[in-house]
Amino acid sequence: MSLTLTIALSKGRIFKETLPLLAAAGIVPIDDPETSRKLILDTQQPDVKLVIIRATDVPTYVQYGAADLGVAGKDVLLEHGGEGLYEPLDLNIARCRLMVAGHPGHQPRLSRPRIATKYPNTARRWFADQGRQVEVIKLYGSMELAPLVGLADYIVDVVDTGNTLKANGLAPLEHIADISSRLIVNKAAMKMKHARIKAVMAQMAAAIGA
Amino acid sequence: MIPQDRWLLPEGIEEILPPAAGRLEQLRRDLLGLYQSWGYELVVPPLIEFLESLLTGAGDDLELQTFKLTDQLSGRMMGVRADMTPQVARIDAHLLKREGPSRLCYMGAVLRTRADGFGGSRSPYQAGVELYGHRGHESDLEVLMLMLETLQVARVGAVHLDLGHVAIFRALIGQAGLSREREVLLFEALQRKALPEIRQRLAEWALPTLSHQWLLALAELNGGPEILDVADARLAAAGEAVRASLASLRWLVDMLRRQWPDLPIHIDLAELRGYYYHTGVLFSAYVPGQGQAVAQGGRYDEIGQVFGRARPATGFSTDLATLLLLGATPEVAATGVYAPPVGDGALERQVAALRSQGERVVRALPGAAVEPRSLGCDRVLAQRDEEWLVIPLPFNP
Repeated sequence: MSLTLTIALSKGRIFKETLPLLAAAGIVPIDDPETSRKLILDTQQPDVKLVIIRATDVPTYVQYGAADLGVAGKDVLLEHGGEGLYEPLDLNIARCRLMVAGHPGHQPRLSRPRIATKYPNTARRWFADQGRQVEVIKLYGSMELAPLVGLADYIVDVVDTGNTLKANGLAPLEHIADISSRLIVNKAAMKMKHARIKAVMAQMAAAIGA
Repeated sequence: MIPQDRWLLPEGIEEILPPAAGRLEQLRRDLLGLYQSWGYELVVPPLIEFLESLLTGAGDDLELQTFKLTDQLSGRMMGVRADMTPQVARIDAHLLKREGPSRLCYMGAVLRTRADGFGGSRSPYQAGVELYGHRGHESDLEVLMLMLETLQVARVGAVHLDLGHVAIFRALIGQAGLSREREVLLFEALQRKALPEIRQRLAEWALPTLSHQWLLALAELNGGPEILDVADARLAAAGEAVRASLASLRWLVDMLRRQWPDLPIHIDLAELRGYYYHTGVLFSAYVPGQGQAVAQGGRYDEIGQVFGRARPATGFSTDLATLLLLGATPEVAATGVYAPPVGDGALERQVAALRSQGERVVRALPGAAVEPRSLGCDRVLAQRDEEWLVIPLPFNP
């Protein structure tokens, strides 16, 4: 049986911060995803490939076994539900917080506040757990705009420095979860390629100092 | 609905066309033959029954997976079966009422409200076996072997076996005295092998040192069969139930090695699939390129209780449509005889004779010009000197 390992990553911050950890496991990409147009990157190990996809697609690729491993933010995993996945390692990278934000002192006009978010499942769960009935509006970007133009009362989004919020007169109000990126593993791959995957995991864990 | 949409099937509802349908039926017959040769009797449970009996002993998952409707005669809720296992348990507990072990097998279509696997089928064709009335690991081994044989008959390729045992987690939870709520949290984190979360939770709960170490060990005890040695050491003082479960797993591995020396075996003590009804050994089969298990089973000793008779039980099930997709069925060249339309007595007698020999005979229909090969025929029935003869194609009159 082939022991090829496919690792799913998203471009940008996660990719940059994962590279040193992968290098610790001896996995170094030959092409640079920022300049290359290739979607599957070869590495210096012929049986390890990297696939570069959208962050929200990473759990889907790994869940169905299209990739054996992946790196995904906890925000994306919370939203996905994590079904059919293992998330054995906190890589401690791309750290931020998932927050409820809005105008300080804002009073919703309706009895059901409207929440704009990229994370409808997570937002619904958060408010339901607190016994608050809300109306969730799914958006794909620029959350901060929604309260400004009256589309929503609050937003649920990841907050890093909080500068974008501040620049738009918004403030973080409730802390939902601390976010960092996790190594995720397909369940079937973990069982069929355990020696290989556990070795990679151990080397990455050593590099994080976990 | 625009006219073009009328032939569309609902999402995840599949039909099987030739030649796959023929292959499915062949696989079904081969497997029935296999199960019969091991002494398993076929049962045919109903497609639909009252919800209470259909959902008995199973978790919330099955309730969510079951299509429901109201019975116009009794006013009660009925469900279309989403899993045949509880039906077969009902049959064993309530209808057969045997004292000794009973071995049953079943095959049939089930319906699910949600597609759980890749490819998204909501209409799997379930096949499986159940062995009731024996508590020892010998019956687990029998069912496990039969699962491996099933996959071999379906030629699905290099099978990897995963073994677990829910009694270990259950025993450790009991000793740690975890509340139901915490048990669910830990269970859920173990299912995702979310080690950071597990460490954090265990530390927060301030469990007795040993329980803490054992539960943490559970999350890490996965790998080849050598992991059982590590488990023996790390869980040495965890009590008789844990020791017995580990011994069962070791015995199964040893016995499997004899019959299937090349079978890759993976042990995962934190595998808790079907935790709410399984009570002992768990096993699933994986094949490369498939992100989900292709067959799975295990022990579930309490399921008959609600039908008035708790019986030890172990079994496995699989989806024939998935096996068909993965299986490498050899291409069989079509054979058949193309015969002229209804004619004289000699022709009819010859056609009947050929069919009774097991030949496939396709009759021509007047006015329809058909190339015999397009009907899978490699010969024709033609008249030579007053006699009807089978002549190979190409045929030149």
